[in-house]
Amino acid sequence: MSGTFVGMPAFPEAAHEAVANQTLRGNLRHATHTIRAKRAAAVAEMSDWAELREAGKQIKDHTLRHLDRYLVQLEESVTAAGGVVHWAADADEANRIVIDLVRMTGESEVVKVKSMATQEIGLNEALEAEGISAFETDLAELIVQLGKDRPSHILVPAIHRNRGEIRDIFAREMSEWGRPAPEGLTDTPAELAEAARLHLREKFLRAKVGVSGANFMVAETGTLVVVESEGNGRMCLTLPETLISVVGIEKIVPTWQDLEVFLQTLPRSSTAERMNPYTTTWTGTTDGDGPQAFHLVLIDNGRTDTLADEVGRQALRCIRCSACLNVCPVYERAGGHAYGSVYPGPIGAILSPQLRGTESEIDASLPYASSLCGACYEVCPVAIDIPEVLVHLRERVVEGGPVTQEGNKVVLKPAKGHAAERAAMRAARWAFSHPGALRTGQRLASRTRRFHPRTLPGPGKAWSATRDLPAMPAEPFRDWWQRTNGGKDTSK
Amino acid sequence: MNSRELILDRVRRALADVPREDTPYEGAVDRDYAREHGNRSVEETVELLAENLADYRALVHRCTGAELPALLAGLLSAHGSASVVVPPGLPSGWLEGTDIARVEDSAKSTPYDLDGVSSVVTACAVAVAETGTIVLDGGPDQGRRRITLVPDHHICVVRVPDQVVSSVPQALELLDPARPLTWISGPSATSDIELDRVEGVHGPRTLEVVLVSGDDRA
Repeated sequence: MSGTFVGMPAFPEAAHEAVANQTLRGNLRHATHTIRAKRAAAVAEMSDWAELREAGKQIKDHTLRHLDRYLVQLEESVTAAGGVVHWAADADEANRIVIDLVRMTGESEVVKVKSMATQEIGLNEALEAEGISAFETDLAELIVQLGKDRPSHILVPAIHRNRGEIRDIFAREMSEWGRPAPEGLTDTPAELAEAARLHLREKFLRAKVGVSGANFMVAETGTLVVVESEGNGRMCLTLPETLISVVGIEKIVPTWQDLEVFLQTLPRSSTAERMNPYTTTWTGTTDGDGPQAFHLVLIDNGRTDTLADEVGRQALRCIRCSACLNVCPVYERAGGHAYGSVYPGPIGAILSPQLRGTESEIDASLPYASSLCGACYEVCPVAIDIPEVLVHLRERVVEGGPVTQEGNKVVLKPAKGHAAERAAMRAARWAFSHPGALRTGQRLASRTRRFHPRTLPGPGKAWSATRDLPAMPAEPFRDWWQRTNGGKDTSK
Repeated sequence: MNSRELILDRVRRALADVPREDTPYEGAVDRDYAREHGNRSVEETVELLAENLADYRALVHRCTGAELPALLAGLLSAHGSASVVVPPGLPSGWLEGTDIARVEDSAKSTPYDLDGVSSVVTACAVAVAETGTIVLDGGPDQGRRRITLVPDHHICVVRVPDQVVSSVPQALELLDPARPLTWISGPSATSDIELDRVEGVHGPRTLEVVLVSGDDRA
């Protein structure tokens, strides 16, 4: 993948470009509306959805509150089952570990199951720099990789592409990577899926090393779970001799029984199915069946910093279902690329600025990439109050304050761009605590209302460029109240 | 400090606000959700399994134990299969009605060998009615995971009602996490093109499920 998120413009600029793209908007509207209706139907089948959602939240909260204990327990059980556990504090360390593990096998290519964690750390680019080819095998990831594109959705990274665009990418690019697309390929989804099957089969059959993430890790048993649809996951998890799984430390659940909650809520929330076509669970290695070497790379990469924030830590409950993207009015119009992260949409707007910090322009703008309508919270299967975290992060951007970075407590300075906002708030605070001044100001504003401009001058210009200024009443409310005795005396 | 210690130390410092006598796991989760959804008779549960399997494009067949060999022979022949891979512990009578070439799975066989086989016939560990799912646990009558993955045609035999449960929670109770498990709900599919489901990508594109009632140990 040649696409990169480094040096992304702030959300408003990127979104401005995206909304002008008619094809993109059409593709996104079609896809998000299709899945929205289906998800609602799949959830409505479950009379106990609210209870499952609450249990999911509680399991994740409990795990996070005792994460040190569960990490150690997981390490013990994976090791006992024949796996090897590695720990990576950041992306570079995780990439280095994977590169070394691939090198030790003597191989120069790997097949990959779709994994958010490996995208987050830029594993494909790191492997490529070391001369190791990483083949994405999920259909959407393949479309992104062949199109030298960036993912724009958690579940369906090529959601911004329609079938015609996908046909063109396959016809043009497949021959560069291996088996070419069949002659006369049309844009029917079944034919496109068939082309991907043929293209990837040779890679699966010869693969010696597989790289995956995981949806869940069970601390008590050491079991990893991968939930998928196409069978590419099964191929990568079963056929290679060596399996390397790169997983965020927050993906733990304490017990095998806990899966009964998430295996019910995740498929319905993400692909709107009663159950996804394939789920694979494995515990270490099994003699004669599947990879005989299994490595688990646990990554922090900003997660412990997020855990240190008492409001923001709930984002670590996320099970990456992407329901919040599909219902978000901002995502539907701006698309995933504008978020400048592998985690787009509402969850990305609270996850990226926490994992990466709020210093960059894009990360400081992400908490504002929302109308705070709350639809994301409504559909979240682990009840992450995304609007609450967005507001919390906005406060951090504007006011600064204490945060944890790479395990150290630091105090952030207020962001530069918000001086006018802070000045306005300071002025408002002063005015509201000085009733005399407030009254004088309000009367003055009412009497001069005919001379008010339609837009604000100076720093307020950008704000009023997209909004109507509220109309000024002829008389301040407090004057009206006194004059009419609280509205009772209408003769005056 | 190595990264393991570093991460654990960061976690502990991040959780400085959590009281030491925090609620233990046993009391931390309200499991008020249903163990199964709805009240169904045994027959209705099997019926629901058949419906949900079919809803996700699995081909569902029903027969008695005595009819099984003939049915399997018919399915393999209708599919035009030239060969069939069988797990080591498949009941010997199941395939006595067919003379299609049988391929034994051996530790030496490569993925390429399997790629040349038309079909696979297995039993299963448990089936889940509410979700239309069959679960394989690598038992002797199911074989290694790869044999149900590489061939393009999978016939899975479910003993009903013995192997059928209503719900995901009930299935998890019966399964052993130490074994590698494969949960299958319909044939391979994708929603990656315009978020619409299309059947048939990398796993077997044809999934046939045979629900066998009565004495099947022919």
